[in-house]
Amino acid sequence: MLWEVDIYPAKGQPDLIAGQAATDAADLGLAENLSISAARGYLIQGDLARGQVDRIAAELLADGIVERTVIARVGDATLAEPPNAEKHLVHVLPKPGVMDPVAESALEAIADFGLQTDAVRTLKKYWIGDLDAQRLAALCSKILANDAIEQVIIGPLGFDKLQFGSHYDFRLVTVPIRGMDDEALGRLSIDGQLYLSVVEMQTIQAHFRTLGRDPTDVELETIAQTWSEHCSHKTLAGRIDYEDENGQRRFENMLKETIFAATRQIRKAAGDEDWCVSVFSDNAGVVRFDGQYNVVFKVETHNHPSALEPYGGANTGIGGVIRDPMGTGMGAKPICNTDVFCFAPPETPADQLPPGVLHPRRVMRGVVAGVRDYGNRMGIPTINGAVYFDPRYLGNPLVYCGNAGLIPADKSFKNPQPGDLIVAIGGRTGRDGIHGATFSSAELTSESETLSGGAVQIGNAITEKMVLDVLIAARDRGLYSAVTDCGAGGFSSAVGEMGENIGAEVNLETVPLKYDGLSYTEIWISEAQERMVLAVPENKWEELKALCDSEDVEATVIGRFVPTGRLVLKYRGHEVGDLAMEFLHDGRPKIVRQAVYRPQPLVRQAPPEKHDWDYTDELKDILGSLNVASKHWIIRQYDHEVQGGSAIKPLVGVENDGPGDASVIRPRLDSRRGLVFACGMNPCYGDLDTYWMAASAIDEAMRNCVAVGADPRRIAILDNFCWGATDRPETLGSLVRAALACHDVAVALGTPFISGKDSLYNEFRPVGAAEPISIPPSLLISAMGQVEDVGRCVTMDLKAPGSLLYQVGVTREEMGGSHFALTQGLSGGEVPKVDATMAKATFAALYKAIDGGLVRACHDLSEGGLAVAAAEMAFAGGCGAQLSLAHVPHAIEPDEDSKQELARLAGSLPGEEIHPLATYPAATAALLFAESNTRFLCEVAEEDAGAFEAAMFGVPCARVGEVTGAGKLEILGLAQSIADADSGQGCEIGQPIVIEAELGELKQAWQSPLDW
Amino acid sequence: MVSPNVLILRAPGTQCDQETAFAFEKAGGTTHILHINRLLESPSRFRQFQILCVPGGFSYGDDVAAGRILANQIQHHLAGHLAEFKAAEKLILGICNGFQVLLKSGILLPPETEQGPAATLTWNDSGRFEDRWVKLAVDGRASVFLAGIESMYLPIAHAEGKFVPRDEATCRQLAAAGQLPLRYRPLGAGDDLPLDGPVPFPDNPNGSVANTAGACDPTGRVLGLMPHPERHIDRTHHPRWTRGEGGPVGDGLKVFENAIAYFA
Repeated sequence: MLWEVDIYPAKGQPDLIAGQAATDAADLGLAENLSISAARGYLIQGDLARGQVDRIAAELLADGIVERTVIARVGDATLAEPPNAEKHLVHVLPKPGVMDPVAESALEAIADFGLQTDAVRTLKKYWIGDLDAQRLAALCSKILANDAIEQVIIGPLGFDKLQFGSHYDFRLVTVPIRGMDDEALGRLSIDGQLYLSVVEMQTIQAHFRTLGRDPTDVELETIAQTWSEHCSHKTLAGRIDYEDENGQRRFENMLKETIFAATRQIRKAAGDEDWCVSVFSDNAGVVRFDGQYNVVFKVETHNHPSALEPYGGANTGIGGVIRDPMGTGMGAKPICNTDVFCFAPPETPADQLPPGVLHPRRVMRGVVAGVRDYGNRMGIPTINGAVYFDPRYLGNPLVYCGNAGLIPADKSFKNPQPGDLIVAIGGRTGRDGIHGATFSSAELTSESETLSGGAVQIGNAITEKMVLDVLIAARDRGLYSAVTDCGAGGFSSAVGEMGENIGAEVNLETVPLKYDGLSYTEIWISEAQERMVLAVPENKWEELKALCDSEDVEATVIGRFVPTGRLVLKYRGHEVGDLAMEFLHDGRPKIVRQAVYRPQPLVRQAPPEKHDWDYTDELKDILGSLNVASKHWIIRQYDHEVQGGSAIKPLVGVENDGPGDASVIRPRLDSRRGLVFACGMNPCYGDLDTYWMAASAIDEAMRNCVAVGADPRRIAILDNFCWGATDRPETLGSLVRAALACHDVAVALGTPFISGKDSLYNEFRPVGAAEPISIPPSLLISAMGQVEDVGRCVTMDLKAPGSLLYQVGVTREEMGGSHFALTQGLSGGEVPKVDATMAKATFAALYKAIDGGLVRACHDLSEGGLAVAAAEMAFAGGCGAQLSLAHVPHAIEPDEDSKQELARLAGSLPGEEIHPLATYPAATAALLFAESNTRFLCEVAEEDAGAFEAAMFGVPCARVGEVTGAGKLEILGLAQSIADADSGQGCEIGQPIVIEAELGELKQAWQSPLDW
Repeated sequence: MVSPNVLILRAPGTQCDQETAFAFEKAGGTTHILHINRLLESPSRFRQFQILCVPGGFSYGDDVAAGRILANQIQHHLAGHLAEFKAAEKLILGICNGFQVLLKSGILLPPETEQGPAATLTWNDSGRFEDRWVKLAVDGRASVFLAGIESMYLPIAHAEGKFVPRDEATCRQLAAAGQLPLRYRPLGAGDDLPLDGPVPFPDNPNGSVANTAGACDPTGRVLGLMPHPERHIDRTHHPRWTRGEGGPVGDGLKVFENAIAYFA
């Protein structure tokens, strides 16, 4: 019997689901003021009487005060009665096999009533007013449902039974690879979604020819996953011939010789003071925190799944990265999340979307909700992030998710032993996520949705939280010798990696399944979420099993690590796979890839035509540009205070709404020691020079940490490269160049990289297009700093009228890729560079000043430069500010014409002080908006001015203004000859007002664009 | 004084157990974090405790509705033991998800009539999860936990925190009995603003009827509240401590100290 319970808002209660759908419909131009009613519903299959269903509805499923129910057997006419005479009925259900966590919970909760049911499925029911068929179809596909995971049924439901799984008959599949020619190998690679190159396929072929047999399907899949870009990083950790303006260089292992090498050098130089514990080897990087604990940090991407199903993609992205610290060493306790997104602009016209591409607004809402629902449900505060917009992210948005964890120092390494049982704990295995690892190494096309629907998953955070709870307890009781997460590649990767130096034997039929019908290969490569793999000594198994049982976490022995050096897979007694670990992990052909970087000639940036001195509108344009604008809509949807250690929140200031540079938490409630999280990224610079883009990102991440008080000697950083197709030499070249900068700047600053990840092939090919659209080079640098006492941190909001304002660092005419250029439509210009020696000295001096209590507020100068920083500090603090550009430390070189003009004026106006840059038309905009690195704006109490200046000795630093009680921001320009209104002749020397605005106006410009 | 034993109840998806235990410890309590399954196995364990706290989180994922599944488990299997716990004049505190559980299980406001529960907590008017700080007017007379407190500044972090009584009469009755002792207030509001006067978003962050942020039972020994007192224990929890605002300890600590002092 199949019952349906529909739950509508009670009379007078808001219909939030319908309201959101109507808003989205209007946003996408589908219909204005569309009449929609919505219900959430449950399909309940089981031998239940009407009275029993009524009781379940009343006491479990619906809330009698704010909701009303319609209950009937599926097919009954009452279910098809519109609440407000709407015309169309649309059901949206998860596709069979897609995770439905609410249904699972409901099933168990019904059992708690003592009632038996076979199955539960959730649904959403929409009643739509007047809409033509075409628009109705568009509404369904663009707003109400996502074809990747959901099915739409228009009209009454036409089934009376829920289908789950099917029967599976064992049949061993071998792939006749030995007899294939190159063309057939290539086809096998693509059609089988292996995504290996022909050379790699030939290597596999040769291997099996030597063995005198053909591989089974599961063997081939295992090799493809282990060799996938996602799991092996074969491109960046491979051989590369690189050429740029400095000559040629051959890398045997590019990452090892750039980023890893920098860390090695820094650790060596640190000697006994080395504070890195485990870098680039485990699931996350590990550094020392205090005497008892270490901290681990990892950032991952989940781009391709998020392009197809934003909610599920981001959901499992954050869920997956949380398992990285959980699977690091003997398991760390997650303490915070970070998230950085790249989207196409939300105002992209809906009718200009290529087929198969979701609207950026929908992508954005889905991604934010996905991170929110998983992070919040896990009880992990999401404390730092950023969002970048560029049209090139349209078909390929980026979703970076990070997680940090705390781990006892003596639990920081794992050590699986021969003879240990292989134990899977957590979620069951289903068909979800099949081919996720290999899929992420492929270019997206408009057919990706149908091709790789299986790669899309929905997470169930509570399962993962339950796993976490028992994992930490088991760790502290010493019940296992190793742990790793089941991520990309599923058991194939987890068991393959953990048993790499031992050997393993797995009985695939023992794996608990969500539903019947999975083949042995699907079991092995499924990327179902919320699973961890443990190596458990035989004599600890019973205790571990009892612990897991006591909290309803499923734990199953699926095999054993055996000292054979082989990976043996069995299914119901049949041997279905037998691979040498050595071939699996070291058999990949060493391909030499070509990389070339050709520096672009410098094109001067022509300043915009300007007929007055006033740059207030330009300032507001930048404040309201999407990268800079307030992200409060996102930040407030995340719990950033759970776990009780929040010390500096993401939003700060007098109204708790200013943009903090970094967030600070106390991971141990009994300690004052804090962790600082920040990031740096600027895809705009990459179009000019990826070397300086990378250097700038590191500098930005560092200065964000330093700005709140982090000790620059204890900042660890992570790299996440998201790039286009690196089989083009120039694309790979631009990446190698960025990696070289990472090496150089990290060494110069003494700042170690401790972990990283890359995601290549971020391209989208619209139907019929010859050329794919590649994302801009997108290197995210995530930083984790430390402070001895969170009580000495500072925030960016101005504190008190009368304080002095200092600019620390030098402004250069670096307007290339700047937000001034972006908003004014200017091209060319110098990309911001980094003087790493000066940066190191600046960070050290500023840290000393902040730690010494000499700084009331500090903000880094980044997008929009000095003017944006001053505006943000002012409106965040509710204090006015007056600045003068006259004393801003700079290294701007006027052109020849301007120099001559200056000399002429100086002659005609003896005795008067004209600023040396006064005649250079580009100077004012550069001083206001240039994005030169290593700069800060600091608020210093008048009485501390002497001590602050002394602390900054040797570092470029000058007083540029003061905090006022006037409620507005005023910036005076360079002293120049101001034309007399009547004669037009220069007659007077004065500083024009270049910015003048009320704080309210500035805040409004900054808050309104993304105030969703 | 013997330190009272505090039971922090944990279920799948409970999150705030450790920081809530820390707050009780700081206030002088002795805390035990126990999984619901342990109590279902041996409900007599309730007897060793003086205070029961259901902390914040997403018990069972808040699947179906926030707090509902854990509330049903309690109702189905532990109702008698909790009645005994209440009758012994012990204290019960529910924070955020714990408030949802206490309310939906009928422990906080037991249904007196055939009309069903007196109130519920449902989706925020905004339709989404919100994390922000709120100003609370506190009537410290009716609840043991709130004795001597006039106002508090605490964070909320929830999606389903809108307090909705069954009807206006019930609301008036609860208010008159002092059972709505925590109300959202505008940041700079004076005393002349009536407690149930209009408080627009975001000061009333979820659209709660009568600006209700917390409710207590008629005895004052059972309290549920949406804001998180355990997140404002330390000076540096205050969102504007770098501006010199807030005291040497957070506003929330007093809630836990009151509970411990009750047993002194």
